[in-house]
Amino acid sequence: MNLVMALEMAAECHAQRIAVTSGDVHLTYGQLLSAARAGGEVIRAAGVKYLGVLDINSPAVPIALFASAYAGVPYVPLNYRLTVPELEEQLERIAPALLLSDEPLLAPLSLPAGIEVVRRAEFLRLSLQSAEASGSAAASEALSAPGEAHDSAIQLFTSGTTGRPKAAVLRHQNLMSYVLGTVEFGSAQESDAILVSVPPYHIAGISAILSSTYAGRRMVQLPNFDAAGWLQLCRAEQITNAFVVPTMLSRIVDHLEQAGGGTSAAVPSLRAIAYGGGKMPLAVIEQAMKYFPGVDFTNAYGLTETSSTICLLGPQDHRSGFESQDPQIRRRLASVGKPVPTVELQVRGEDGAVLGPGQSGEIYVRGEQVAGEYLEQGSVLNAEGWFATRDRGQVDGFGYVYLEGRADDVIVRGGENISPGEIEDVLLGHPAVCDVAVVAVPDRQWGEGVGAVVVLKEHAQATDAELQEWVKQRLRSSRVPSAIRYVEQLPYNEMGKVLRRVLKQQFTDPTT
Amino acid sequence: MRLLKAGTRAKCAVCDTEVMVVRSVPNEVLLTCGGVEMISMDGAKVEAAHVAADSPAQMALVGKRYVNSADALELLCTKGGKGSLAIDGESLSVKQAKPLPSSD
Repeated sequence: MNLVMALEMAAECHAQRIAVTSGDVHLTYGQLLSAARAGGEVIRAAGVKYLGVLDINSPAVPIALFASAYAGVPYVPLNYRLTVPELEEQLERIAPALLLSDEPLLAPLSLPAGIEVVRRAEFLRLSLQSAEASGSAAASEALSAPGEAHDSAIQLFTSGTTGRPKAAVLRHQNLMSYVLGTVEFGSAQESDAILVSVPPYHIAGISAILSSTYAGRRMVQLPNFDAAGWLQLCRAEQITNAFVVPTMLSRIVDHLEQAGGGTSAAVPSLRAIAYGGGKMPLAVIEQAMKYFPGVDFTNAYGLTETSSTICLLGPQDHRSGFESQDPQIRRRLASVGKPVPTVELQVRGEDGAVLGPGQSGEIYVRGEQVAGEYLEQGSVLNAEGWFATRDRGQVDGFGYVYLEGRADDVIVRGGENISPGEIEDVLLGHPAVCDVAVVAVPDRQWGEGVGAVVVLKEHAQATDAELQEWVKQRLRSSRVPSAIRYVEQLPYNEMGKVLRRVLKQQFTDPTT
Repeated sequence: MRLLKAGTRAKCAVCDTEVMVVRSVPNEVLLTCGGVEMISMDGAKVEAAHVAADSPAQMALVGKRYVNSADALELLCTKGGKGSLAIDGESLSVKQAKPLPSSD
């Protein structure tokens, strides 16, 4: 089992179908296969241990993903939003490697020893010239990929919101189990097209390539996201499917509102929007459903270490949640749905005991797609193959999973565990509050206390006492923030995750 | 007769059919395409009598999953061919997919 199987099957079945659209460049599945094989030769000739990819979404990205599988070396997409020292450190960790990149990303870097560069234009020229020579049908003689199911296919540095980025290892069998378990081969129509706006270094960017290839769906790349550009490309390319992170959906909704909204978003081709990668604010999904009334929404919850999606909240649950007056059903819009059929899920307490419906604990998952492995630490699965996600949550009586934040973000106040999420939800309901993050702050009496960092709405005002009273009326007194700071905006990473580490530091550092 | 492990690939000795084992049983089985035992991916093709499927619907179709009646063994057809698939003489049938919404 190897990643290239998905591409070989797609090229066999519909060689002439467009696989990738990037600006004016179009590649068919037949061309993508030939290019991946030729690109594999380029990587193999370099005699390296890894293929690093420091690029925005470009046609080189899907070629490189499959090419590294043909070369039998792990594919390592790097986050181009990191600082220069952070990128140099990650490059050092993968040397000797071939680095696929181009300006302006390359210029500020001092490349460590063992890093050989192939520029995007050169890589495209080398891989595409063979694609042209062999014709658009996958005529090149069958070159088989050396990787076995157990070999490492991809190495992804985690976002490191809590510490030094870890190198997560995903094997061919993990990724292909995910694809085979969730996608029906060739299920896309020739007219289907997915807009890929997540960056290539995110697990959702990788699964978009693998799933789309296996489904035979055309991928349309948007290198730099902005709401207007996203909507414009949707219309110009007759997009039927899209995946967005919450920040993107929030910007799309804001854009529609500023454009005089009230009506639908006028993207008639769009049928489905999937979202994930962080917590979706209820107000944003509700507004999005108003602007895109005919569109199927799907919430996908997953982690890098689980080869992407492990739980899904499907379109029907979105609609019934949106329309229902029953609070039990309405709250499903805030759920991540149910595990996919090939994944088992449990909630466990601190003692490791499996908890029942409605009880909060840590989420554990098990299944072929669950890699749970880091380069330095090796496998972190327990003896029975379960992976501790470090996400806190609970499952309701109907089997719907609700997330409550990262286990590392839990505030331990006098022995009591407090999830920031429930306090944030309450504070967000206050009319003056625009955004909020709750973190642990040092507390002499309790060990840790509740700190809130609040962004007020424009021209709105609120006092500490007023916000404390607001929480006190709705939650237990232990949840009332003892310290409140007011800021212009919260620090987010580009995937929409609040940088709690930064906020915690600000509470302890008197100079900020 | 041989053991089929999940992830193992096999090809027909005569036609173009190729499969990958998705789920398997612990005992040895005889996997055939068009009545001829399937071989490993690096095995040599043979000139042999091969029973072509009666109708296109019974041919091995790329992307389809095939299961035995006990639903214990599952194959994914990775390349289509003219024969139909069987285990120990029992014809395999196409597994009906339960579609999931697209999540990426």
